[in-house]
Amino acid sequence: MMENTNIKLPDNFETYNEARQAGFLRMKQLKEKGAKVVGMFCSFVPMELVYAAGALPVGLCAFTEEPIPAAEANLPRNLCPLIKASYGFALTDTCPYFYFSDLVVGETTCDGKKKMFELLDEIKETYVMQLPHSRDDAALAFWKDQIVRFKEKLEDIFQVTITEDDIRDAIRRKNRERRVMLKYLELGKLDPAPMSGYEMGTRVDAGSFSFDLDQRCDIIEKRTAEVIAEWEANCKGKPSTRPRLLVTGCPNAGVREKIIRAVEELGADVVAFDTCNGNREKVELVDESNPDVYDALARKYLNINCSVMSPNDSRRAYIGELIDGYSIDGVVEIILQSCHTYDVEAHFIKRFVTQEKGLPYLNIETDYSQSDKGQINTRLAAFLETIDK
Amino acid sequence: MRYFTGIDIGSTASKVVVLDEASLVDRFVLPTGWSSKETAAAVAQRLAESGRPVDGEMKVVATGYGRVAVDYAAKTVTEITCHGRGGYALLGEDCTIVDIGGQDTKVITVENGLPTSFLMNDKCSAGTGKFLEIMANRLGVDLQTLFDLAAKGSPLAISSMCTVFAESEVISHIGAGEPREDIAAGVVDSVISKVAGLCARHTLKGAVFLTGGLCDSAYLVDRLGAKLGASVRSHPMGRYAGALGAALIARGAKGGNRI
Repeated sequence: MMENTNIKLPDNFETYNEARQAGFLRMKQLKEKGAKVVGMFCSFVPMELVYAAGALPVGLCAFTEEPIPAAEANLPRNLCPLIKASYGFALTDTCPYFYFSDLVVGETTCDGKKKMFELLDEIKETYVMQLPHSRDDAALAFWKDQIVRFKEKLEDIFQVTITEDDIRDAIRRKNRERRVMLKYLELGKLDPAPMSGYEMGTRVDAGSFSFDLDQRCDIIEKRTAEVIAEWEANCKGKPSTRPRLLVTGCPNAGVREKIIRAVEELGADVVAFDTCNGNREKVELVDESNPDVYDALARKYLNINCSVMSPNDSRRAYIGELIDGYSIDGVVEIILQSCHTYDVEAHFIKRFVTQEKGLPYLNIETDYSQSDKGQINTRLAAFLETIDK
Repeated sequence: MRYFTGIDIGSTASKVVVLDEASLVDRFVLPTGWSSKETAAAVAQRLAESGRPVDGEMKVVATGYGRVAVDYAAKTVTEITCHGRGGYALLGEDCTIVDIGGQDTKVITVENGLPTSFLMNDKCSAGTGKFLEIMANRLGVDLQTLFDLAAKGSPLAISSMCTVFAESEVISHIGAGEPREDIAAGVVDSVISKVAGLCARHTLKGAVFLTGGLCDSAYLVDRLGAKLGASVRSHPMGRYAGALGAALIARGAKGGNRI
């Protein structure tokens, strides 16, 4: 890689707290060593192509309340907090990953994001993949074409040639990561739970900020083995009476304190995640035996059970598998305010969980603010009181 | 233990129920005021004055939004579970409990005597007792008078989902010289519509049982029934449902539901 010494920090850098400064300095160092960075928000964007281009895919900041007031200068208030935060971080130069990205990639998952990307594009070039919302042959052909175009975009912007062998190699490495991460998430099947859901979620997210894919897999594999050893030594054979919960719905990193930590402090264990940062994207691998790499990628990504898909019955089927596989006692669905697709789909999820699986279900609609902390605590406590265990 | 006391510290009123092994021995209501801690102390004092001090032969369970302030409670249980338990004890059968509280409204399904699922209004005072209180203030009357006026009026539309905006609507109606009776009827109708909306999102099972501070108003019970198209029941002890549930929990499963 070529050294680049012309990398600048944001104007406000001096005013940032230590953790944020450290984040910026780390990214700056990477860039100075010649790293190419592609920022993304969503698991629908095929990271394999970014790796194949010799670039680093990074998840962009979207999970705190702090930049939302700035975002609301240009975005309606009545919009999902994740979208407002994503834009706010970009607008205020406070997300090191956005700031140092060479290219930002969006996708037409929901209406709010789709339109927000148009505003984002005024700050930094934002390439938007057009995601179809169904899974039939026409959608698959369209999405495959989008994947090829994204590859061409990467080749163009980084002036590289991406070969099919490059993609195949990236598919293998990324599949390994999915397997490793899923093994880690499946620690939640153990009874008693070997760690809190709060810790599990935090670690999964932290893992995504370690940039070397192979190193990241090694770290997680090692940690998984450690947890199993600790569990076998200290916990095996002592099942817990704490209710075991599945969390489903919207991305929850921005409300992890308010909901996941809170419900665990009240006496439950969150052991499974049907979410973007949980099992959802990891459960299906890219087919390594498919000779057409673009077709293989298109099929895998189109099968992600996000509520933007219509219909999305496979999400219910997978929730059923999680309920059985993780011995779930209750389901908490988290809806970020104004997330229409998850909010509407919750109707089916509630019916499936309560009627077909016979389990208690709690739906919490919230945003990143702390104003409903007390109410949420009462709901969570009452929910646990209804679980007879 | 001789006495089992449930204390329900709500946002507006604090309700207390004292049971012994077999029956109800005392009940009273205090305004919550601005400090749940002071209210909890006032409850303790009142119990001591009646010869049943909290540090004597008594087990206390606290509920309501101020439950954590009751530092002499053996445990705290949410108002949802307590309303479910207490409501079932009062009605004597499985039901759907609708509790219109001071700051939130809950719909609770009770099956086999235990709450199994519930819905709460969102973080907003529309559809709660607080809404009625604010509007009664605006009309310069107390709650009872608001209901009396409303019973004589035909409801004006108050359609805003937000209490602050709804208050502006009321002010416009006052400004336009509309009869107070019609405005009052509109205010009650607005709350009832929101409560019915919450009920619509929940499967109603069995009789609908209105608990909480507003269940003493026959007018409100009647209007809710009309809106839901179901018969709504109430009980003279309805506002004590949460405190009663807490007292029953204090007495434990063996104590049954005798009051």
